[in-house]
Amino acid sequence: MHRFANPARFLRLSAALLPWCAGATVILTILGLWLSLFGSPPDYQQGETVRIMYIHVPAAWMSMFVYTNMAAAAAAGLVWKHPLADLFAKAAAPIGAGFTFVCLVTGSLWGAPMWGTWWVWDARLTSVLILFFLYLGYMALVNAFDDPQRGTKAGNILLLVGIVNVPIIKFSVDWWNTLHQPASVVRMGGPAIDASMLAPLLVMAAAFTAYFLSVVILRLRTEIALRKIQTLRLAVAGDGMRG
Amino acid sequence: MNEFFAMGGYAAYVWPAYALAALVLLGLLAATWKGLRDAETTLKALESARPARRRPRNAGRASLNGSADNSAGSPAEASEG
Repeated sequence: MHRFANPARFLRLSAALLPWCAGATVILTILGLWLSLFGSPPDYQQGETVRIMYIHVPAAWMSMFVYTNMAAAAAAGLVWKHPLADLFAKAAAPIGAGFTFVCLVTGSLWGAPMWGTWWVWDARLTSVLILFFLYLGYMALVNAFDDPQRGTKAGNILLLVGIVNVPIIKFSVDWWNTLHQPASVVRMGGPAIDASMLAPLLVMAAAFTAYFLSVVILRLRTEIALRKIQTLRLAVAGDGMRG
Repeated sequence: MNEFFAMGGYAAYVWPAYALAALVLLGLLAATWKGLRDAETTLKALESARPARRRPRNAGRASLNGSADNSAGSPAEASEG
């Protein structure tokens, strides 16, 4: 892993990976949308609203997947001081927040016709809302210090503390009574969902993952460039002081 | 086709869900792209304004920055332990 923590090596590797990730995003999105809107049947209970699931569930998976990756990077950043680990969490945060926001709003749009309410303060919905605030809090915290190193350190600690929320989200539908339906894909005993509905779900999840990889590579390149700019500006300031 | 857009009477819930996802993901991509372009432009301007940093000691004699600062390398280059 240390080999890939070097920014220069990462830039070369990412330049080779980016076209593949971007291409996969486009192809998987087209295929996923086709399967979601045309290639799958309406649900026998929920009718056409089941198509919201193909956005809502992959977005929910991504919200937890991105956060878990950020927390792992935060641990690596705190323990080994990897230069890229800190930057990864910072680059991924807005994408994770975006997926969480999509998950919350599409869930509301699905709940309104099916549950008869836009929102309930049950464990699942509340813990996902907390996840959204963790993302926003992290983004605010890393930028709240004059010294970026202190900002990322504080942010990394927040990410590690917040990881406790991820299993709570996952198991909230089993631990507490809720309007929310229980897991039907990632569960003991295999998926309890028809193949015609599982296919669009998995393809959309793959499309979202490819999107995340593409955008996080672009954002990491940006963060590396910003770090270099900061270093150059400090060096210029140093020149000025030496006269 | 109209039947497709009607979504069995749930058009007002299904289409906003897809539209919001598209809006958030494309908006984030656009913002990311702009941020990268801006950062790379700034970096290029700074690097060309201060070329002595990457050259050997006596190559930058003509420039104001001269040779004194060559020891102040960037932490990004030195950080790989």
